[in-house]
Amino acid sequence: MLAVLGVAVAAAMLLDMVMLSTGMRESFRSLLLSQGFDIRLAPKGTLPFDTDATIPGVSAITSVLRTNPDIREISPVLGGSIHIPVGALDLSASVLGIDPAVQGDYEFLSGRDVTTPDAIVANDYLVQKLGARFGDTLDVAAGYDPQTRTYSGQRKLVLTGKVRFIYGATEQPAAAVRRETLEALGGGARRDRASLFMVRVRKGANPDSVRNWIATEIPNVSAISVATAIAQVDQRLSYFRQLAFILGAVSLFVGFLLVTTLVTVSVNERAGEIAVMRAIGVSRAHVVQQIVVEGLATTFIGAVLGLGLGLLTARYLNSILSAFPGLPMAIDFFLFQPRAAWSALGLLIVSGIAAGIYPAWRAASLPIAESLRREAIA
Amino acid sequence: MIADVAPIVSLREVRRDYALGAERVHALQGISLDVERSDYVAIVGPSGCGKSTLLNLIGVIDQPTSGAVTIAGKRVDAMSDREATSFRLHNIGFVFQRFYLMPILSALENVALPMAEARVPADERKSRAAELLAYVGLSSRERHRPSELSGGEQQRVAIARALANHPTLLLADEPTGELDARTGAEIISLFQRLNSDGTTIVVVTHDEDLANAARHKVHMRDGRIADA
Repeated sequence: MLAVLGVAVAAAMLLDMVMLSTGMRESFRSLLLSQGFDIRLAPKGTLPFDTDATIPGVSAITSVLRTNPDIREISPVLGGSIHIPVGALDLSASVLGIDPAVQGDYEFLSGRDVTTPDAIVANDYLVQKLGARFGDTLDVAAGYDPQTRTYSGQRKLVLTGKVRFIYGATEQPAAAVRRETLEALGGGARRDRASLFMVRVRKGANPDSVRNWIATEIPNVSAISVATAIAQVDQRLSYFRQLAFILGAVSLFVGFLLVTTLVTVSVNERAGEIAVMRAIGVSRAHVVQQIVVEGLATTFIGAVLGLGLGLLTARYLNSILSAFPGLPMAIDFFLFQPRAAWSALGLLIVSGIAAGIYPAWRAASLPIAESLRREAIA
Repeated sequence: MIADVAPIVSLREVRRDYALGAERVHALQGISLDVERSDYVAIVGPSGCGKSTLLNLIGVIDQPTSGAVTIAGKRVDAMSDREATSFRLHNIGFVFQRFYLMPILSALENVALPMAEARVPADERKSRAAELLAYVGLSSRERHRPSELSGGEQQRVAIARALANHPTLLLADEPTGELDARTGAEIISLFQRLNSDGTTIVVVTHDEDLANAARHKVHMRDGRIADA
């Protein structure tokens, strides 16, 4: 039983490491594809919302993009921050200026979307902080200049709905308004600018071909397809993957050693029994088979328990890591994928078979008469 | 096939040496012995005289350093492991002092084990194992595991297992060594019944009652046969 538990712990760790090595990547990929946008355009040399930089000439870029028949929808997004006085305090929140007809940044939860220029929608966290209800008018300011202690724009907006930002962190106050509303709040400096374009391509079109076309036609932006974004994420997560690979390999090796040791001890303890089996005519092949099956059975039962244990620990660890400030709430570090479970189980089964080989060889090589003599003396 | 007149066991000038550290132990020093079909032979002698070594050679679980061992008309002293295993499976039944039953198998399954190895069909295995358990008086204990059986019952299961593949020869090494006098007497009686039903038996023992029950006694001393 202790042996099975030992294997279960090693198996749990292996599963967690397999989940960790692919989890963030797959989770990020699902996040990017969740709203159906295939390409993002960010200011040259940056990733979306990596800096405060913006792309000038939204109308011109939109016109160029519309000339490509493979492009179905274009969603320019302007990012910024707003300040809303609540009593004596000034509450800050991030804000997105979007076109509600084509936006892919939030899921609408309740109320009314930003269908008018004076509407604002907010996430649950901000609504709670504001203590506001739908229909309440908020004094919203943007573009704070610390030197002059003035805002570039102020406006009364009506809270119309509650939304969940797909790329936002859990405890991050966030809101969205129409893009022209945010442009107006930012003053002249933000007119006809966007922090990001999200582009949806026609069904059947190749997003990477469209991305290459955009890179040629609009050279002052970084065009990022899901594949290139994943590649960049892969690059950034390479340390995670290496760590997961090393820890996974260590846990697999520990499991292997554990099973080998236990089965070898078991073979030594049953030397007399095995010698008698051989004496009554049981072939070496069957002895090997029996010992390998024994190792495999220990590994398999341990692995099945370990997969359950691994899922529980992954869930717990994921809840800790996902609470890391600034991470999108939809990002999972440990993402369960059947393929990961099968991979872990497959690796464990191979290791279980390998673990049984040495003790099986020992059992099959036991000199029958000598083993019986030792048993008799013992 | 062998002629019925030939001895079932024939040893000629058999020697068996062991290396014990730097020392060379001469366990058997030129043994020649014949055992006739349907005989019942007890090999007796002091501890360390080579009785079990001799039984191991007859049982084809060891090979002599020199000399010839012929069992059931077949030279077995230089067989490969595969040949020896198959020979033991089909020709030799072993009974040991410590029974050595498989703890996770029932009495019936333990008896059927050598038949499974010999690829006897499952139905046949089951009915023959049941017959053998009935023969040794354990019909009511078929489903019991070894841990649920007394020492005498376990030894009787081991005897039934030894008879599973209709062996030419039944070999027993101290079969009453772990049993009390009353249970030992039951095993002695069972051996006599087996022999009277035609089974050739060679037994190594310190138990005088068991030795006296045999048709012939072979006395050994210092790796040699003192008299037969």
